[in-house]
Amino acid sequence: MQIVFLLEQVVNGLVLGGYYLLIALGLSLIFSVGGIVNLSHGAFYALGAYVFVTISGVTGFTLGVVVSPVLVALLGILFERFILRRFYREDPILSLLVTFGLALVAEQGIRMLWGSAPLPANLPSEIRGSVILGPFLFSKYRLLMLAVIAAVLAAIWLLLNKTSFGRVVRAGIQDPDMVAALGIRLQPYMTAVVMLGVGLAALGGAMFAPITTVHPAMGAEILTIAFVVVIIGGLGSFWGVVCAAMLVGVVRGVTVFFLPAASEASMYVLMFLILLLRPRGLLGESIQKFES
Amino acid sequence: MTFRKRTVSGGAGTLFTRRSALKIATGTAAASLLGAPALVRAQSGPIKIGHLTPMTGFLGTLGGWAVDGASLAVEEINAAGGVAGRMIDLMSEDSINPENGATKAQRMLEQDGADFILGEISSATSLAISEVAARNEKLFIAVGPRSDVLRGERCSPYMFCTDIPNTVMVNSVGTSLKQQENIAGKKFFTLTADYVFGHDLLTAAKAFFDRNDSELIGDELIATDVTDFSPFILKIRQANPDYVCLNLAGNQVTNFVKQYAEFGLPYPMIGFNLNTADAWAAGTGNLSGTWPTVWLHTLDTPESKAFVERFQTKYGKIPENHAWISYIAIQIMAKAMQETGGAATPELIEYLESGSEFDIMKNRPAYFRAEDHQLVQEAYAFSVKEEGTYDDVHDMLSLSDPVPAVDQPLTTIYPSVENGACKLPA
Repeated sequence: MQIVFLLEQVVNGLVLGGYYLLIALGLSLIFSVGGIVNLSHGAFYALGAYVFVTISGVTGFTLGVVVSPVLVALLGILFERFILRRFYREDPILSLLVTFGLALVAEQGIRMLWGSAPLPANLPSEIRGSVILGPFLFSKYRLLMLAVIAAVLAAIWLLLNKTSFGRVVRAGIQDPDMVAALGIRLQPYMTAVVMLGVGLAALGGAMFAPITTVHPAMGAEILTIAFVVVIIGGLGSFWGVVCAAMLVGVVRGVTVFFLPAASEASMYVLMFLILLLRPRGLLGESIQKFES
Repeated sequence: MTFRKRTVSGGAGTLFTRRSALKIATGTAAASLLGAPALVRAQSGPIKIGHLTPMTGFLGTLGGWAVDGASLAVEEINAAGGVAGRMIDLMSEDSINPENGATKAQRMLEQDGADFILGEISSATSLAISEVAARNEKLFIAVGPRSDVLRGERCSPYMFCTDIPNTVMVNSVGTSLKQQENIAGKKFFTLTADYVFGHDLLTAAKAFFDRNDSELIGDELIATDVTDFSPFILKIRQANPDYVCLNLAGNQVTNFVKQYAEFGLPYPMIGFNLNTADAWAAGTGNLSGTWPTVWLHTLDTPESKAFVERFQTKYGKIPENHAWISYIAIQIMAKAMQETGGAATPELIEYLESGSEFDIMKNRPAYFRAEDHQLVQEAYAFSVKEEGTYDDVHDMLSLSDPVPAVDQPLTTIYPSVENGACKLPA
């Protein structure tokens, strides 16, 4: 019976990893393409949750989950156009500072707009409860979330690997100067990538709003985990981030099983070990423009 | 990064004239109340209260309420002429964590000229501030922390606690639970916040289980930054308890009850600690079970109703228990300063220890117990109404009668002084 309980934690960890992935993937994309460590990424997660709570009262649950990320992605256009764009070729410390500042401004902005008290949000009663598959207990809602995440992931993979858009983005990651020499302007692609990245974070926020506290500082809560995932996975690697997210989820679940008090520390230990053995992360690629 | 400061004493430009106008009224009132010495003190500037409370972190959502409540009290007191002829200047800041809280308390007392420190919700930060206050021989009114330790082995001659302690919370819920069914032999699974408050609450909970022959079949210590409880929920199912019992704090409670409802496990939930803000944040249909509280806005006394109305007029929202307790903590100190004619520490301690009663909007007045410096008052349990029987999340909770029952002394729900670990110098 013990082994079943352990397996149950492993499977639950995989589901949780899917949620980490939504936040981490956007972070990784924005870094890979623009070379920007986006410390304000958590703010878009929080905005996703707040916009979802605000509009779902009118639009209903499902439409809320769809519309909120789209609205936040549109905000991402402004973010890229007026802020990030100035920093692609600058010292990375500048973009670090500006996005850090933006995260603080966003958190305070949320306080001013929505108040510092958490917003109530709940699941429709149809999708509450759990299903038992074989020996495993799953929350219905998390299974739904997993399906959505898998679909989104597949779409992004196809977009990056099977379309001309993806080819330009991947080429831009490796060698933006060569892309420019070929007569392709990278800027619209950057805008699209930032939109996609912050939209993913907002989707995470919208989907997690009914099962977590919706409060102004929620972005900061998730950002650390997202960075850990990106670092473990290796920058620039799609599958690296996917594997890392799952791994962090599973390691956390297994630690809860054996040594619950250490559950939050486990992912940092994992990061430490991986960086010791593979400084580039699990599947980290060598990115030309960051090597010099 | 999280530094915030707010001063409640009117805008800087209008301060002087408004105060001058008030002084005339105050002078008259003070002269008739306290005689000439108070008038002399009236010249010595405002009484400064260093107000520290968490505005960020896992208790951050509660701190906003504390600031609202304390500000309202100060505003009302100043509008009525201040205390002992002096205005009150409330300096509210984010205490962040124990290290920062202690540093800020030190700065407030040594550099900003605070007459005393008031506030806090975290028991850990309160312990740190208490030490700073004692070193400076200034008062620390610990408004929101609930650890018994603060009223026990770590009590201080300079610290007074206004919230109900963990033992009282356990006793309020326990009394209510025992009225519903016999809990002898029942299996409890607890989740405990992994810091001084949670550990302390677990000790009180264990004592309660022992007294009632109930069984504690599992406990999980939860770090304060945990936001996903799914692995713990799976462990609860594996343990198959009769009750899931929460010793969590702040956002932890909201996160847990939301995710517990998401998984829909059949085991009934009770909790030994909850703030109404955490309950409201859970939304409808997520919270269930019986919980303790020190105050709820539906409390049916004229004073409490009037307070709710004034608060709503000012802030446009229903006050939470931290708004209430910060409000009454300021009012208690205002009364103490009025009675002693100023903010001198020895006189204030003597007054607060004297057993003077304070109207805290409940059926019975409250008083500080001299032996351990905690405010002895009525407590309540509340349960959650059936989903669908209310429209607004603020109407979700139904408040019990006060605990203890009217014919019993207030101290019956408190730890006894004889067994208490608090040794204050006589």
